[in-house]
Amino acid sequence: MKSSLDENKPIFLQIKEQIEDSIINETIKTAERIPSTNEFAAYYKINPATAAKGINELVMENILIKQRGVGMFVTDNAKEILINKRKKIFYKNYMDPLKKEATKLGISNMDLIEMVKMEGIEDEN
Amino acid sequence: MRIEVKNLSKKYKKQHALNNVSFTLEEPKIYGLLGRNGAGKTTFMDILSGNILASEGKILINGKNPFDNQELTESICLMKEGDNFKKDLKVKNVLKIFSYFYPTWDHKLADDLINEYNLNLNAKIKSLSKGMESSLGIIVGLASKAPITIFDEPYIGLDAPSRQKFYEILLEEYQTEKRTIIFSTHLIDEVSLLFEEVLILQEGSLVLQENADTLRDSTCAVSGNTEEVELYIKDKEVIGKKRLAGTMTAYIYGSIEEAKKQGFTAEGVPIQELMIYLTDGKRGA
Repeated sequence: MKSSLDENKPIFLQIKEQIEDSIINETIKTAERIPSTNEFAAYYKINPATAAKGINELVMENILIKQRGVGMFVTDNAKEILINKRKKIFYKNYMDPLKKEATKLGISNMDLIEMVKMEGIEDEN
Repeated sequence: MRIEVKNLSKKYKKQHALNNVSFTLEEPKIYGLLGRNGAGKTTFMDILSGNILASEGKILINGKNPFDNQELTESICLMKEGDNFKKDLKVKNVLKIFSYFYPTWDHKLADDLINEYNLNLNAKIKSLSKGMESSLGIIVGLASKAPITIFDEPYIGLDAPSRQKFYEILLEEYQTEKRTIIFSTHLIDEVSLLFEEVLILQEGSLVLQENADTLRDSTCAVSGNTEEVELYIKDKEVIGKKRLAGTMTAYIYGSIEEAKKQGFTAEGVPIQELMIYLTDGKRGA
């Protein structure tokens, strides 16, 4: 979890994304309990209703399931659902800005492809 | 408790401190009451607490008028930026008086907070530093557990760690038991994340009442080439603008996503900045 939140973005969205990231990178695993609304509120000093909104959206998307009186838990398919969702927006969130910047700098598509490959080689060395 | 404000006006001689203000606070939430100096915030809080009478219009709390109404005034606790207590009293006397006044008073919380803020029970109010007097105000406000608790710039002279402590305890208390908390401050950046709903007053009028996160979601700062930005914001509601060398940033009601799609740099607008632009007086200019 991040140490603080960004005031420029809706807080409930940031809470939602933090939980999503934790599930994708398995900081919080399947069937584990996520921090409660109050824990989020105390940690980030945010309004509990705002934290609850982020968590509730994840319940609607079947990422989390509520067990009355116990807390919120990560569903069995959570990671899979999230990865599919993130793949769908990958182009828009990462490729679009990448290509726009490349066009601005006069980098061709071929050059871009070369760069993608190059990074991979460097990593292996 | 439900707070209804109906066509409320307050005139001091010929000056309107509040001018025909109407809104409703439906349920227990943490409300941020914001605005520049002289916007009418303190006047509103004084009328709400039953300290002064409105010139016209009214405030109803659960359908009743708070002025001179004991049953209601013991449900409302207003802590101001100073002069909350008689100078000759000792800290322990202050606590005793307020504990008699508020049926909801929490003795344990008061004791804990006195320790937390290192106050001497036998010290007289006039011997306290500004910061210490402010912390006593915070302690009384929190321990009153009044269903309507109002903090009007409560921490003059209070250092950053003590303010952080206050926010922490405020949240803890609010989570254990929901109550209406109205918070008026100029240190907006510090507390805006605590607000569930924001109200902005300007020159005696209400210019905005909105859920804090909805506000963050529905406003954005669009930057780019001046002509392109001008064109983009033509049919949008503009809150403010600033220019630098051929580029412009416009603060508008609109989605960040949409502006980004058009190739602009777009960011959210922190509530503090929103307040500044909304109360600029040159709105949309």
